[in-house]
Amino acid sequence: MTRGRFVRAALMAGLLFLWLPILLLVAYAFSADRIPFQWGGFSLRWFSALAANERLVEAALLSLRIAAGAATLAVLIGGAAGWALARFGPFRGRGVFGALIGAPLVLPEVVTGLSLLLLFVALETATGWPQGRDVLTVLLAHATLGAAFVAVVIQARLAETDRSLEEAAMDLGATPFTAFRTVTLPLIAPALAAGWLLAFTLSLDDVVIASFVSGPSGTTLPMALFAMLRLGLTPEVNALGAVIVLGVGAMLAVAALLLRPRRG
Amino acid sequence: MRNRLAVLLPAWAWLLIFVAAPAGILGAIALAEADPGVPPFRLAWSTAGFAMLVADDYYLGAFLTALRIAAMTAGLCLAIAYPMAMGIARARPDRRLLLLALLMLPFWTGFLLRVGAWIGLLRDEGWINGLLQGLGITDAPLPMLYTEGAMLVGMVHAYLPFAVLPLFAAMLRLDPTLLEAAADLGARPAVAFATVTLPATAPAAAAAFLLVFIPAAGEFVIPELMGPSEANLVGRVLWQEFFQNRDWPVAAALAVSLLVLLLVPIRLFQRLEARP
Repeated sequence: MTRGRFVRAALMAGLLFLWLPILLLVAYAFSADRIPFQWGGFSLRWFSALAANERLVEAALLSLRIAAGAATLAVLIGGAAGWALARFGPFRGRGVFGALIGAPLVLPEVVTGLSLLLLFVALETATGWPQGRDVLTVLLAHATLGAAFVAVVIQARLAETDRSLEEAAMDLGATPFTAFRTVTLPLIAPALAAGWLLAFTLSLDDVVIASFVSGPSGTTLPMALFAMLRLGLTPEVNALGAVIVLGVGAMLAVAALLLRPRRG
Repeated sequence: MRNRLAVLLPAWAWLLIFVAAPAGILGAIALAEADPGVPPFRLAWSTAGFAMLVADDYYLGAFLTALRIAAMTAGLCLAIAYPMAMGIARARPDRRLLLLALLMLPFWTGFLLRVGAWIGLLRDEGWINGLLQGLGITDAPLPMLYTEGAMLVGMVHAYLPFAVLPLFAAMLRLDPTLLEAAADLGARPAVAFATVTLPATAPAAAAAFLLVFIPAAGEFVIPELMGPSEANLVGRVLWQEFFQNRDWPVAAALAVSLLVLLLVPIRLFQRLEARP
């Protein structure tokens, strides 16, 4: 079967292409050399240099706060929108509603970023709010982006779950709110968690939209990293990469252990 | 009914403020006149911004370059993604999850860090040049970073997983007995691929192509960090007009034009996605 071998080799080559840069980035974080991606003996010096870099640490903490807030808002808005699209039937304006919630999925980042910035400037001119642009404006922009993804995840999950369960609860006298809380919510909880995580990651990863809508006091980690990469690579970038890759890896390992199917 | 309104009203309000209004304002400022004040425009009914885009070859070139690079990125992704999707679909079901995880995990490690890793590999004093010189293959660094090739490598690396997923889903739905029948009837693997797999997965391939093409057409970060300085893709030109030249009307006109240009691919993608 020459074809089977070709397909397997191509798959392995593709995965290697995806992983090799990341693995090398992490490996050379432990090199003492001042030049990134040069081996100069094992050392943890770049991790202490990273920890001492106040600008980056501050930006990282700010990014985590923005991502958590944006993801939470995104789950509320996207969850409501996904629920409406999956369960409310043909309500008035459904087509426009669906197009608006899905728009950030297909718009180029520079378009989303520029148009949201122009909105914030226009709002400030008209109402005095928001005063300048900083953390809050980035959070609102990221929530809008995240909500689009959450809505897709929730709508797909609700389409798979049996609607008659909610109807049965209401037939048995539950108010719509009680039916939602006791029947629907537990069913879509994993999708809500997945949506939150997706929105959180998107926020942590975004540099373009944040650069447009942020201000002097709102430098996120990707913005700081982008500024660093523009000037040239330093081994601190390797150290940051190692922290993030190993951190994400550890979180996933814990999640896999917790979600492992039980035997018996 | 009241319950429905409690769900719909906040969602409608959010979408009107943060999605619909920005689009309207973008259109209004694309028609505004540049002005040295704060903010740097005066509302007008002027098509000067758009006229500049049409008259100046620089802007026309920015759109053409962006479309060309996006098409090349999407084409390369598709070519690499096809055998990868086939390999994952054919793997033992218990291995599939691991392979999918290996495919999607780079996405969770951060886009800019992956760009940083490529810069470290491709620079003049980078890992690949070190290797080539260490092995005596070259004696001077090959200039690789800040070329169109480097930019394409970075973009394919960023978007490849998104091209594999729709193809993988289509190949799972493919009936394996069709391929067996083709083989039994004497078709060589390449013929079976061309007559069975390719036609059955063509809509998914089109979706995968567009899923890469649409965001790649507006890409800013990778051309800026890995491309040659003359690679003026429209995303990069928009950025410069806005941040360096402070010409908001032209930046907005570029955004509106990019949107209009992408409307057809976006509609096409949505129709492919809506297929049963």
